[in-house]
Amino acid sequence: MSYIIETSDLVKRFGNLTAVDRINLRVEKGEIFGLLGPNGAGKSTTISMLCTILRPTSGTATVNGFDIVRQAARVRKSIGIVFQDPSIDDKLTGRENMEMHADLYDVPRDVMRSRINEVLQLVELNDRASDMVSTYSGGMRRRLEIARSLIHYPGVLFLDEPTIGLDPQSRDHIWNYIRELKKQEDISIILTTHYMDEADRLCDRIAIIDKSRIVALDSPHNLKEQLEGETIVINSKDNDLFASKLAMAGLADKISTVDEGLNLSVKNAHTVLPRVVEVAAANGIYIESISLREPDLDDVFMHYTGRNIRQSSGKELSGMAAIMRRRIR
Amino acid sequence: MSELRGIYCLWLREVRRFLRDRSRLIGSVITPILWLVIFGTGLRFSLSSPGFNYQEFLFPGILGQTLLFTAMFMGISVIWDRQFGFMKEILVAPISRTSIFTGKMLGVGTSAMIQGLIVLALGAIIGVPLGLYQLGMAIPLMALITVGLVCIGLILASLMTSLESFGTIATFVNMPMFFLSGALFPVSVLPLWLKWAFYLNPLTYGVDALRTVIMSGWQPLLPLQYDILIICIFDLAVIVVGTYAFSRRS
Repeated sequence: MSYIIETSDLVKRFGNLTAVDRINLRVEKGEIFGLLGPNGAGKSTTISMLCTILRPTSGTATVNGFDIVRQAARVRKSIGIVFQDPSIDDKLTGRENMEMHADLYDVPRDVMRSRINEVLQLVELNDRASDMVSTYSGGMRRRLEIARSLIHYPGVLFLDEPTIGLDPQSRDHIWNYIRELKKQEDISIILTTHYMDEADRLCDRIAIIDKSRIVALDSPHNLKEQLEGETIVINSKDNDLFASKLAMAGLADKISTVDEGLNLSVKNAHTVLPRVVEVAAANGIYIESISLREPDLDDVFMHYTGRNIRQSSGKELSGMAAIMRRRIR
Repeated sequence: MSELRGIYCLWLREVRRFLRDRSRLIGSVITPILWLVIFGTGLRFSLSSPGFNYQEFLFPGILGQTLLFTAMFMGISVIWDRQFGFMKEILVAPISRTSIFTGKMLGVGTSAMIQGLIVLALGAIIGVPLGLYQLGMAIPLMALITVGLVCIGLILASLMTSLESFGTIATFVNMPMFFLSGALFPVSVLPLWLKWAFYLNPLTYGVDALRTVIMSGWQPLLPLQYDILIICIFDLAVIVVGTYAFSRRS
């Protein structure tokens, strides 16, 4: 078996809501695989099924060669999980949380100590290990959770929104650890995210999920390449008028209004750009700025779903709620 | 082996958290003092007591109350674990639900017992006659009572979905169980309709048994062996229900 995760027609229904609709994917050994989509698209549900927390309504999957329904216990032993919501006990020290995990997963006692130090080293928390987790920052807690999930040498690591609710600097940190992890450990990583840049910069391949289904699956590079286009971002004194004139001239495949001005999707920006400027000049429209942009995953998402990922977000709160909860406690 | 280790670490976590919670530990000393010294002294001098010292009578009741409140509140704290996500870490671990239940029960039970022992020590300080016989009988009895109470707390927690119900439980379970246990007044003098409520309360037998072994000259509700039998049957029943309740939840 060459795939570390293989799903076939995985379905999960809650009442008459279909949260995951016939998902098929194969994750190769050693890769970082991303599930990208807006909140509520079915990413976490998919992960929960692969982690044996939820039972699929129909279809099945194997993780590390074990069936997620019939061999749930063996799946559990062979995977590490970092949940979207924090799941460490902040009334215990970092090290105590680690030891508890090692006990739960029956990590041999003679290697337990050195292994815990090793993973703490990886996330640079060894000098804080004896402190109560309640004194940690959000980013540190996240790092501790990642370290914890590695103690029992899992073959697959699941990261559910690993950087949700973190500040940019902490996100950067976590990304570095994840990359480092891939180098140091013999592990495959599957992560969910609704951050485009996260998927783009971390993942070898991504599956874009929208409304419970996979709409595209490839490497970030290929996905962007397939769009075969560039975007001209242009801002003028009268964007509405400009947009209608450009539409009349038929210069762009698609024109959309964004915060920065107008987005023109074109095949070849270098030949279209002079014509665009002519249209502005002919209609007396004052152009404030023009820039060219290579397509990013946002454009890919837009291409496949017709929506912007940020607009389709359902519950951005979950991250904030998680932080609030940590505070309350 | 791995299941035992899982149970051990869950037990350890519970006890560690309990011992680190200073305010609760201090409260566990203050609350029984308030009951025994203020409430006890007050009633002792306002009631013409039927042949016994009210404080001596009250002491086993307060022991029972301490076990009840600690076991119940900590048992229900499973909701906290669930709400704050920590439960997930345990639920995805490769150990059985039965072990999770057992570990929790032993951990909470140990904490409640520590509280109970503190109250026992307080009793000795304020002059309750506690010899080797009384201690040797009372401590195992307390453990037996605690098991059942912890299980009730855990079962309630597995049925509840939100933290809001926490206060409700205090009102509708803790208080009635405390007042209807004979901790504060003897059951035998009550009208029949109210007596039934007492007989349905498992804590009644616990308090009765504690009084039988601690208070000299106490006229027990039931002979000690029947008290113990009823408590044991109750314990077994809630252990079975609790294990079921925990394995059912996903």
